[in-house]
Parts: sequence; structure tokens; C-alpha cells
Amino acid sequence: MIEEKFAFGNSMIHGLSPAVRIVSAGVLSSCAALCDNLYMSGAYLGIALVLCCMAKLNWKDVLLRLKPVFWFLLMIWIVLPLTFDGEVLFKYGILEFTRPGIELCAKITVKSVSILLMFTALIATMSIASLGNGLHRIHVPDKMVFLLLMSYRYIAVIQEEYHRLLRAAKFRGFVPGTNLHSYKTFAYLAGMLFVRASLRARRVHNAMLCRGFHRKFYTLDLYQPNVLNTVFLTGTCLAGVALVLFERVWM
Amino acid sequence: MTVNDPINVIRLEDICYAYPGTDTNVLNHLDLEINKGHRIGMMAPNGSGKTTLLHVIMGLCRPDSGTITIFGKVLKEEKDFVPVRSKIGLLFQDSDDQLFCPTVLDDVAFGPLNLGFSREDAIDIARMTLERLGIEAFERHITHRLSGGQKRLVAMAAVLAMGPDVLLLDEPTAGLDNKVQKKLIHILNRLDIPYFVISHEFDFVSSVTDRIYSMENGRILKDDEIHIHRHEHVHKHGRHPHIHK
Ligand SMILES: Nc1ncnc2c1ncn2[C@@H]1O[C@H](COP(=O)(O)OP(=O)(O)OP(=O)(O)O)[C@@H](O)[C@H]1O
Ligand SMILES: [Mg+2]
Repeated sequence: MIEEKFAFGNSMIHGLSPAVRIVSAGVLSSCAALCDNLYMSGAYLGIALVLCCMAKLNWKDVLLRLKPVFWFLLMIWIVLPLTFDGEVLFKYGILEFTRPGIELCAKITVKSVSILLMFTALIATMSIASLGNGLHRIHVPDKMVFLLLMSYRYIAVIQEEYHRLLRAAKFRGFVPGTNLHSYKTFAYLAGMLFVRASLRARRVHNAMLCRGFHRKFYTLDLYQPNVLNTVFLTGTCLAGVALVLFERVWM
Repeated sequence: MTVNDPINVIRLEDICYAYPGTDTNVLNHLDLEINKGHRIGMMAPNGSGKTTLLHVIMGLCRPDSGTITIFGKVLKEEKDFVPVRSKIGLLFQDSDDQLFCPTVLDDVAFGPLNLGFSREDAIDIARMTLERLGIEAFERHITHRLSGGQKRLVAMAAVLAMGPDVLLLDEPTAGLDNKVQKKLIHILNRLDIPYFVISHEFDFVSSVTDRIYSMENGRILKDDEIHIHRHEHVHKHGRHPHIHK
């Protein structure tokens, strides 16, 4: 269901504390999002690639991860150059490709790929549990951290419940089609799923009460503060801020 | 009155309970005592109210009438139950309800952390409990990727890690293979706290308990009212253990 393909590794990035990685990813990607210059966005792509190398990611898996984004970008490349006003770069029959359109596409492509790569290198390299821990450390409200961890834990259970219901329906000869009976069956399935999910929520809450839960969130992982964390955090923040300033002042 | 009798661990008197919105009493003037040294087994048909009974003891279902006395105190409101819950270990019928932390170690340490143990102590307790059940290898595993039987063992560890004074187990053997069942039998037999085990497996119940109760019409039937035994002769129930009244 939720694969944590990159979460376990022994690179330098994997050894950093989750909080540091979350903050770095946040800072770097905001800076990249602010960038409005094609050449500058190349610098962010460079940083993203360096981070991926540092995390020793398998390039093939990374490309697979980016696949959905490529489809989105393809759409943009088809639509934007043709519909944007401005200097015409070249003509093909009645189709006119404009320079600003192509530039915008290139910018969007480079920026979105770099932001995704940064997140892959920094955030996807930790388990959801560590992510929860990191968010807790940077004072994200407990309720939201809980929401994340609980969704992660129970999405698989709910999916399994859905498959069980669907299987039960299929075993009794249900063939999905485009007719009223199928729609009704799917409505029943969805309804049942909600009922079961809410009953489950109540039981889980009961189980938590039985184990002394009093609305406080404890975490086990403890990342020792070490120099590497500080150096990395300072490095990424400085790089981000420097690039933004450079663009504002000189470009 | 025996309310302050230290022998009494859990005592239910004249409990009636119907689920909200229904009018059948799942528990109907039920009495139950769990005392020090008691190892009680409960075998009763599906839907007879066993799970409900355990939830009433834990204060998760509030009875319509009757008194619940636990560790010598009469419990009425939610706040009375809070301190008691951490001393009663309840193993839920469905382990997915009980295990909600991302990793096994997190989950087993959850209880001790709530009890106020430090991080290090909680981890120590969790590791020791996992070892005791022979599942220390799962420590780093992602909870929802375990098999049903493995989840059950982890849930058992989570319950034992709280250091309970009494155990309530709701079908602990469901989905466990023979080897793991033997291990569970061994563990239960070495415990020195009273427990109450619901199960549908006669062999298991008879090897971990010294009295077997049943339930009918919302009330408990004691040993002397039921006879549970193994038949060697031809019988319409086949060779499965079953309950006679
Ligand atoms: N949430 C609920 N709302 C209404 N009725 C319920 C609810 N849960 C259980 N019941 C009813 O209460 C009765 C007892 O249920 P309970 O779960 O206690 O049985 P059980 O003895 O544990 O059965 P099993 O052996 O199947 O686990 C059943 O008849 C059931 O229909
Ligand atoms: Mg039950």
C-alpha cells in the first residue's frame, strides 16, 4: 500500500535527524518555489541532484517515483507553448510555438522536478514513524501528528476491509457493470466501509484508553544532537537564502 | 460485605447491560468474581456477550444497573475507571484495534510511557517483554505488515508490558499455530496474577485454567452447572469438544 522504498538506508542523509531533514526540505523547496529565473532554477536542480547522490538513491526507482509528474509536465508542454502570447520561436503549419511559453514550461519542469527530488532525498528517506517524530520535534500540533500516524496505520486496514467486502460481493456472483444494481452495491460497500471505519475508530480509542492513554504523544526514537545535523541544517538554509538573494540582487 | 476483602480483584454484582438503541439485555443480572489466584476460562457460544462482559469490566460499556468493584473500590464514573484500566490487561479480540503505533517497539512501549516511565525504561520494558514472548526479532517491524498471529503476540506483549495485576484475554489463541499456542500456555502458566480467558478451544482452556465458566441468557454458568469434557465415544457432535448442560 504505502511503500517506504527509500526509508531504510545507510547514507549520510539517513543518519540525519528527521526534524533537520524536514526543515531543510521545507526551506530549500520554498526557495526553489520562489525562483523566477530559468538559469537559477538550474542551481536548485543541481542541489537536488547532489542531495539524491548523498542519499545514495537508486536512480531507476527515483525515475519511477517521478512518473506521475512527467505525465503532468507533458500536458503542460503540449498546451502552454501553443497558447502563450509573445515572440514566436518557430512555426509548424498553423501551430505557433512562443518563446515565453517554452521558457515557462522549462521553468515549471525544472522547478517541480527539483522540489520533488529534494523531498525524495530528504523526506522519503525516513519512515512515516520518523516523520511523525520529526514533525513532533518541530512543534507541529500533536493532533496533526497523530492524524498522520493513525491514517498511515489504518489505511491498510481499511483497504483490506474494502477488499474483503468486495470479495464477499464477488463470491456471491456480483459483477460490476454500468447498471443500477452495481451502483447500489457500490453505495452499500461505501456505506459499510464508513460504518466499519467509525466502529473501528471507537474500538481503537477504547484500546488506547485501556493502555493509559491521556492525550499525550510520546516518541521513542531519539536522534542524538550531533555536529553533522547542525552543519547540514546551516548549510542548506544558507544555500537557499543565498540563492534567493543572488537572484533578487543580480538577476 | 466483602468489598474490602483483599482476595477480591474484580467483582460484578447484578449487572444489566443493553447496547444503546437495543432492548435485549446482553448481560442480564450477571454476577462474577475474579479473585486472587483464580485462573478462569470462559467458553460460550458466539454472541453470548463475552466480549461485552470484558468491556463492562473495563468501563468501556457503562452498565444500566449493578455494581462493579475492582481492587476493593466501587467504580461508577469514567474517572473512577481511568486509574484502574492500566492495572487490568485486556487483550482485544481483534489485534488491529489494539496495535496502532507504526512500529512494534513503539507499540509495546506505548503503555509504559503512559504510565510515566522514562524513555529508556520504557524501551527496556518493551524489549524484555518482547523477549519473554520470543518475538524480539519483530522489534523494528511495521505493525500493520505483521501476520494475524504475529499481531496477536505483539498485542499480548503490549498488554503484559503494562505490568497488569489481572489479565482479561479475549480469544488469545485465535489464529495462532500449535507451536505459538504452546508458548502462550507456557507463559500463562508461569504468571502469578489472576486471569480470565475467553476461548473456543477446549484443549487450550483446560491447560491454562482451573475452572471453566460459560454464559447463557446474559448470566454466568459456573463449573458445577456445566460439564465440559472430551468424548471418546461416537457422538453427534463428532470428535470436537463441546459443552453439555
Ligand atoms: N456495538 C453493538 N451494538 C449493538 N449490539 C451489539 C454490539 N456489539 C455486540 N452486540 C450484540 O451483543 C451480543 C453479544 O456480543 P459480544 O460481542 O459480547 O459476543 P461474544 O460472546 O463476544 O461473541 P464472539 O464469540 O462472537 O466474540 C450479540 O448478540 C451482539 O449482537
Ligand atoms: Mg467476542
